[in-house]
Amino acid sequence: MIEVNNVSKMYGNYPAITDINFRVEAGEVLGFLGPNGAGKTTTMKIITGFIPPTSGEVTIAGYDIVTESLEARRHIGYLPETVPLYSEMNVKEYLSFMGKLRGMTGGRIASRIDDVVDLCHLEDYYTTIIGKLSKGFKQRVGIAQAILHEPDVLVLDEPTIGIDPIQVVETRQLIKDLGGNQTLILSTHILPEVSQICERVIIIHEGQIIAVDSPENLAQRLVGRERVDIEVKGPQQDVMKALGDVEGVQTVDRVSGEAGQVPTYRVQSELGVEIRAALASTVVKSGWDLLGLEGVIMSLEEIFLRLTTDEGIEIE
Amino acid sequence: MNTFTVAYKESKIYFSTPGAYVVGAMFLSLTGIFFVFDVTAPFAEASVRGIIDWASFFIVFLAPILTMRLLAEEQKLGTLELLVTSPVRDWEVVIGKYIASYLIFLMTIALTLYYVLLLYVFGQPDTGPLFTSYLGLLLHGAAALAIGLFGSSLSSNQIVAAVVGSAILLVLSFVDRISDIVTGTAALVFSGMSMSEHVEDFTRGVIDTADVVYFVSIAAVFIFFTIRSMETRRWR
Repeated sequence: MIEVNNVSKMYGNYPAITDINFRVEAGEVLGFLGPNGAGKTTTMKIITGFIPPTSGEVTIAGYDIVTESLEARRHIGYLPETVPLYSEMNVKEYLSFMGKLRGMTGGRIASRIDDVVDLCHLEDYYTTIIGKLSKGFKQRVGIAQAILHEPDVLVLDEPTIGIDPIQVVETRQLIKDLGGNQTLILSTHILPEVSQICERVIIIHEGQIIAVDSPENLAQRLVGRERVDIEVKGPQQDVMKALGDVEGVQTVDRVSGEAGQVPTYRVQSELGVEIRAALASTVVKSGWDLLGLEGVIMSLEEIFLRLTTDEGIEIE
Repeated sequence: MNTFTVAYKESKIYFSTPGAYVVGAMFLSLTGIFFVFDVTAPFAEASVRGIIDWASFFIVFLAPILTMRLLAEEQKLGTLELLVTSPVRDWEVVIGKYIASYLIFLMTIALTLYYVLLLYVFGQPDTGPLFTSYLGLLLHGAAALAIGLFGSSLSSNQIVAAVVGSAILLVLSFVDRISDIVTGTAALVFSGMSMSEHVEDFTRGVIDTADVVYFVSIAAVFIFFTIRSMETRRWR
């Protein structure tokens, strides 16, 4: 349903996204996960045709978003990150305006507005001026306009950002209910969100896709360990044993160093346990020479650390 | 169809926000004052020439105020993103907004017909120049609103949009002054470019095709610029 081929976007000389490739099948719910500034919003804007890619191509339901833009856009429902709404209009006026823009007939607009208002629990705010709604309700109006014309493809950019926890739960449930009927792309920097909603996750970091998998598999790939590379001059057997005895250490492997050279050992520990100081003092106390000590961060984990794992607090 | 959807929405917002009312009231009170000055002067003539002259001057500031919100606010709020990712062409958006601003302008002008009514009640105005004066005003407004709309497309800041629009209009209004200090072809070109020169014929009761073509062209060119300006977001 959505095909993204070798898409890159440069802002001046700064590459926002580099060589992105992925496909989304009809009916699939795809999560687009990455820390802030990873290129999620840029990708969403390119998919929906708001900005063209610098290179590469995107097709929606078989239509190229640049050359057959109008046809492609007919298949898209879009909720931008900023939830743009006309604050002077009331909910009904706004929805009917968006419906008309999507080429819906008057009768269909009326019946669909009833449906989406119901679905998004906006019944009580039917004739409220949008400017007076709370952030969470604005978000719902934003979702309502995106699904109004029953698009094949639904693109939601950070749909739960900036709303209170109860509304977050409700919004997620709403999105979950939508999945199945529609192809859905959801961007987020919140880890639990994708595992709750999505069947497949793309992790993007610094404009590049670094992993594509199901949420379960991704969780397994993240064994939750930290690694330290340590360079020690001393008898190998003794060194490895001594390092292994340091509290918190799980495994010790020799990773480099030819015969006659100083070997490097890779020490793994549990996530969040700081072992470098203990390793250093062990080596020094044993009378060996400590030549190097460096924490190694696994790329996927680094990114996960920068994602929000907690519902409320962001780790940045 | 989409054009009318946009035009309808914009007209509705004009009526539900104070901006258009304030601009309309300002326009009417200013033209009203000058109408009174005009008809109470010694040896006054029953014509609207005085207020049309002033109206042409006020348009320089009022048209950009009327149009400044149209595209600037959509850019600022981000609603432009939803608008242009809907299956709508850029020109449909631009023309729709232009139509809405022109409707408001027409309504404001229609209210000045009250002065004309007074002229007919208390005097014997010459219908010909009256008619052409209004035709000139409508054409002038069409051009000025297009320029204002263009200003609005350039910035997400409404003030900047209005100032840019006014600046372009000011230059076009007073460029004929340059023709006083240069000679030959240059003088002809400068006076030919000037809006005030082209308005003048209408207030004298003359409908010159050149004047009509001038205003229609200015309107068309700036609407075209506006559409282009909206497309530039694609290359940023």
